[in-house]
Amino acid sequence: MAFLSLEGLSKHFGTHVAVDGLTLAVEKGEFVSLLGPSGCGKTTTLQMIAGFVEPSGGAIRLEGRDLLAVKPAKRGLGIVFQSYALFPHMTVAENVAFGLEMQGVAAAERTRRVGETLELVGLGTFAGRYPRQMSGGQQQRVALARALVIRPQILLLDEPLSNLDAKLREEMQIELRQIQRTVGTTTILVTHDQAEAMALSDRLVVMNHGRAEQIGPPHEAYERPATPFVASFLGRTNLVNGTTVRPEKIWFATSGLAGKVRTRIFQGNHWLYQIETADGLVTVIRQNTGEAMPGEGEAVHLAWAAT
Amino acid sequence: MKSAPYLLSLPALLLFGAIVIIPLVMTVLLSFHDWGQYKGIEPVFVLKNWHEVFTDSYFLEMFWRTFRIAFFVTLLAAVLGAPEAYILNRMKSPWRGLFLLVILGPLLISVVARTLGWALLFGGNSGLINKALVSMGLISAPLPFMFTETGVIVALTHVLMPYMVLAVWAALQRLDPQIENAAVALGAGPFTVLRRIVLPQVMPGILSGAIIVFALAASAFATPAIIGGRRLKVASTLAYDEFLNTLNWPLGAAVAVLLLVALVAIVVGASRLVERRYAQVFG
Repeated sequence: MAFLSLEGLSKHFGTHVAVDGLTLAVEKGEFVSLLGPSGCGKTTTLQMIAGFVEPSGGAIRLEGRDLLAVKPAKRGLGIVFQSYALFPHMTVAENVAFGLEMQGVAAAERTRRVGETLELVGLGTFAGRYPRQMSGGQQQRVALARALVIRPQILLLDEPLSNLDAKLREEMQIELRQIQRTVGTTTILVTHDQAEAMALSDRLVVMNHGRAEQIGPPHEAYERPATPFVASFLGRTNLVNGTTVRPEKIWFATSGLAGKVRTRIFQGNHWLYQIETADGLVTVIRQNTGEAMPGEGEAVHLAWAAT
Repeated sequence: MKSAPYLLSLPALLLFGAIVIIPLVMTVLLSFHDWGQYKGIEPVFVLKNWHEVFTDSYFLEMFWRTFRIAFFVTLLAAVLGAPEAYILNRMKSPWRGLFLLVILGPLLISVVARTLGWALLFGGNSGLINKALVSMGLISAPLPFMFTETGVIVALTHVLMPYMVLAVWAALQRLDPQIENAAVALGAGPFTVLRRIVLPQVMPGILSGAIIVFALAASAFATPAIIGGRRLKVASTLAYDEFLNTLNWPLGAAVAVLLLVALVAIVVGASRLVERRYAQVFG
């Protein structure tokens, strides 16, 4: 039996169908991402698990128990919000201690666990600060510590990294993965960022129009997309001769599809090409190996391995 | 040109000086002049009026009453206005606008009209509510409202409530919409969320609303004049009477200046305290 299972979960807002019969089984300790464009129902799904939105139909079970019968305050889930939603009038330590206080944990035990968790997220020396005296990345860690300290059965992450700049986001991705591995909490991440979802999760749930288009490990979803939507949403794709080809799987050859380089963009570790061909515009990504590459306006031939 | 900003603000400064500073200075000077029943105002420098204001228990009682009324009005406005703003903030779209209009609507009506409304409802035996309550046998005598402190406090609270609601409303708008959910997810019940999460965050709003309401209540004229009348005077109606009835302008000026100085001291002191208390947390 799955640890957490969503069974035909639906949510209607008037005539609008936000989530349409979503079924998902999450194993204990697994990191699952709900991935999709805005309005695909991923956030609504998360809010139904958290208890902030009541489903129109279906069931949510945690270890076989009906979770919908449990009040949001009693579900014991750790949630990291997109805005972090830290309590601005409390210090970092007070923020993190709040959940323990609500559980009636004794003061000494509380202090010990708050200290432990702050160490875990690398904020051991920040206990006395107020949230607004900290950077976005630090606030993010406080939010994570506040969610983890109550030892939740499930950790829910709602676009937790979307307010950070690109470099910090990458660092936090690595750290988030490490922390999740350390504590082993079953985690559900909601994101529209396919790179983030692929980097962090054991399995992806690619959602569109309230339905799961594909559920599977990131590599599998990327290499064998179940639907054209999944193919186009996970990374770039080209549609050439009726088949979809990933840009990084095309190389310049002496023969093959003829074309002309329209634009060439250097992106450090790789080159991004737009090639004009008889089949339309084709995107090509070539790794930067230091060798000379075709310039703009040059005639080229494209080749790729048959799939 | 370095003088440009000064030159540009000169017209406004001149106007401000002409209509605020000069009359104010003249009022202060006036409070040091002498006055007699038959000789009128004498432009001399005496401390008589100030001595009288500070030593006569009559004036002490007036000022004590003024600030007592202002205090209770502020308290009532906070106790009623803060929950009102919170409920309003939680309302859904069409109702929210409607009820905001209901609450702020009174600001569009003259204070005199609003206060007279209270007089019509509670004034003596003929007041509508008093009449109804008496005829229903719920009370044997009309509720005393006119010429009572309670009456002044109730009417002033009604008049000044919108300022408190607006101040708290503004603070609520700055609240993270997810913050209550965050507290609930950590196991907090509805009452705990209000007391531990929402209230501390809107406290600066409540306090700034309180400063506004207190200042306006202590210096209010129309409402205490109509409900309190000559029987229940406060500092502002006292100054008015000294000017227009007794014609003792210097004494009236001393009362007015004292009210102004006391209010400025209280308001500035209070906002300093509020700022210092919350600077670190809310910046």
